[in-house]
Amino acid sequence: MNGNATTVKTMEANAAGQWGDRAFKWLTLSMALSIFVLIALIGYELGSGSKLALQKFGWRFLVTNDWDPVNEVFGAVPFIFGTLVSSAIALLIAVPISIATAVYITELAPQWLRQPLITFIELLAAVPSVILGLWGIFVMIPFLSATVFPGLQKWFGFLPFFKGPILGSSMLAGGIIVAIMIIPIITSVSREILRSVPGLQREAAYALGATRWEVTRIAVLSYAKKGLFGAVILGLGRALGETMAVTMVIGNTPQIVPSLFAPGYTLASVIANEFTEATGNTYLSALFELGLVLLGVTVLVNIFAQLLLKTFAGPSVKPQH
Amino acid sequence: MKKIILSVLGGSLLLAAQTNAQTLINGAGSTFDYPAFTKWFEAYTKLDANVRFNYQSIGSGGGLRQLIVQTVDFGASDAPMKDDMIATAPGNVLHFPIVVGGEAVAYNLPGNPKLKLDADIVSGIYLGNITKWNDSKIIALNSGVSLPDLGIVVVHRSDGSGTTFIFTDYLSSVNPVWADTSGKGTSVKWPAAVGIGAKGNEGVAGQVKQLAGAIGYVELAYAKQNNMTYATLKNAAGNFVDPTLDTVSAAMATAKIPDDFRFSIVNAPGDQAYPIAGASWVIIYEKQKKAETGKKLVSFLKWTITDGQKISATLDYAPLPDEVVQRELKVLDTIKY
Repeated sequence: MNGNATTVKTMEANAAGQWGDRAFKWLTLSMALSIFVLIALIGYELGSGSKLALQKFGWRFLVTNDWDPVNEVFGAVPFIFGTLVSSAIALLIAVPISIATAVYITELAPQWLRQPLITFIELLAAVPSVILGLWGIFVMIPFLSATVFPGLQKWFGFLPFFKGPILGSSMLAGGIIVAIMIIPIITSVSREILRSVPGLQREAAYALGATRWEVTRIAVLSYAKKGLFGAVILGLGRALGETMAVTMVIGNTPQIVPSLFAPGYTLASVIANEFTEATGNTYLSALFELGLVLLGVTVLVNIFAQLLLKTFAGPSVKPQH
Repeated sequence: MKKIILSVLGGSLLLAAQTNAQTLINGAGSTFDYPAFTKWFEAYTKLDANVRFNYQSIGSGGGLRQLIVQTVDFGASDAPMKDDMIATAPGNVLHFPIVVGGEAVAYNLPGNPKLKLDADIVSGIYLGNITKWNDSKIIALNSGVSLPDLGIVVVHRSDGSGTTFIFTDYLSSVNPVWADTSGKGTSVKWPAAVGIGAKGNEGVAGQVKQLAGAIGYVELAYAKQNNMTYATLKNAAGNFVDPTLDTVSAAMATAKIPDDFRFSIVNAPGDQAYPIAGASWVIIYEKQKKAETGKKLVSFLKWTITDGQKISATLDYAPLPDEVVQRELKVLDTIKY
């Protein structure tokens, strides 16, 4: 009798639980779908906004260099170039710094230092980009053009990247600002991933007589490489779309030159700069198309990165959730 | 109890009626005009307590688009509307210049010498034909000044702006090559090889101040407030003039102004006219849809171009010449409601 009652109760509870589970599933599904809907809407809006430019320029938009709002001739190549190069510089600087910081915090730092370090990194993430840009103009650029850039030119001036006059505002300055902006996000995500590496991994490596460096390399980094790669991709996404701070230091000149001391221009920057005052319909449409190109570049870079991961990283254990 | 409720209801109805009596005027457009509008709104709401203003400084292009789709009562723009844009407007539009401003050509040279420049040199520099400060053309105008063997870095605005429109309007009117290649606009293609685009007046000012050999154009008020060194320019009459409120007003007074007020005052012919100056316009429909709002808007505009000019002068906008004001007032009287 008693047992029966319990069974009934559990079954009732199960029925309620199943209903709850189903509701929960649909709820989460609809939330996840809303992201797809959002992206699709953005794509649609950009597409319809850029119709005029698509009709007028077609593929030429993606392969020509000219950007002349007065004569209504538009080509996106210098902006695509600027976006890719500034993001590449940013990753080159930010990835080693971020991952090393994350490793230090999770593996090596004494307990009392961890929280202050984490707090500082999170503070860096909270700096508004326009403030960072102004700091870039008035502090970073004078410093770079007085010391760092002449130094680079002196030692590496034989490379085409470090030739030409030093103006301060440049592709390199833009890349450095973006690096500063993406360091917090890559560091924070990397730290979480390294933290999720099971302690047993480390203990096993130590038991085999590995040194600290070997433990970190074999048991931690290698184990977490997929997750770390994901952190870098997140940072890259930020870098590609970063606008205000970059605009303030990159020099805003649509050109394709090897020198990193020369000014450049990014897709996001030109949209932010010219959208408000764009009066002609074709001009406005061309700016919309730049937005579409930015979306495309972001998607392509992400796909490329996934392929790269599959090819080079090989199978690895995913961090446990 | 009922009485209390009734009186409360009555009171709130009264309040509602009072707020209804206030007319809200919506505007959008130029960021260049924004400081003037802010001061004007503040002063004008003291004169007429029944008017409220809402101005979005989203840029001239945005202001004109909002005017065309009729989401605002007036648009403000640093460049007059182009013919093809006027054609897309659902009604006849009228332009009213409300402020005039000058632009300084500022530079950064060791020792900050005061330089004299002419149209040929300024356009030559921006075309990338004159690349050194000790170019023979600059030396010829500035005997006695020791000019360094320093490369010129051309700084321009990277964001679309009325300031760029006025400056390129000047270059186009003094140099046929510039007019044929880059032309005039809120953003243009900059031909000089060694150049930097900087965001906003503050960006251009910052770049020029930091970079020896740099040259850039900034709003007069901005150059003054930042103690920048700027050039004395040769005007169309052949005199060298400094940018001041008087020389900018002189440019407007001597320029030929058509009846639709879509004009350009760069390179004006007056003796004392400063060559790089331009106006900013308020643009409204000739037939106002909402009579009440329309009437309030027109009285406000009449006030801005008369008494309001004293207020904008404190912000370094040059006052409109009297003759222009009289003509504008006449056109404002033709608005239909």
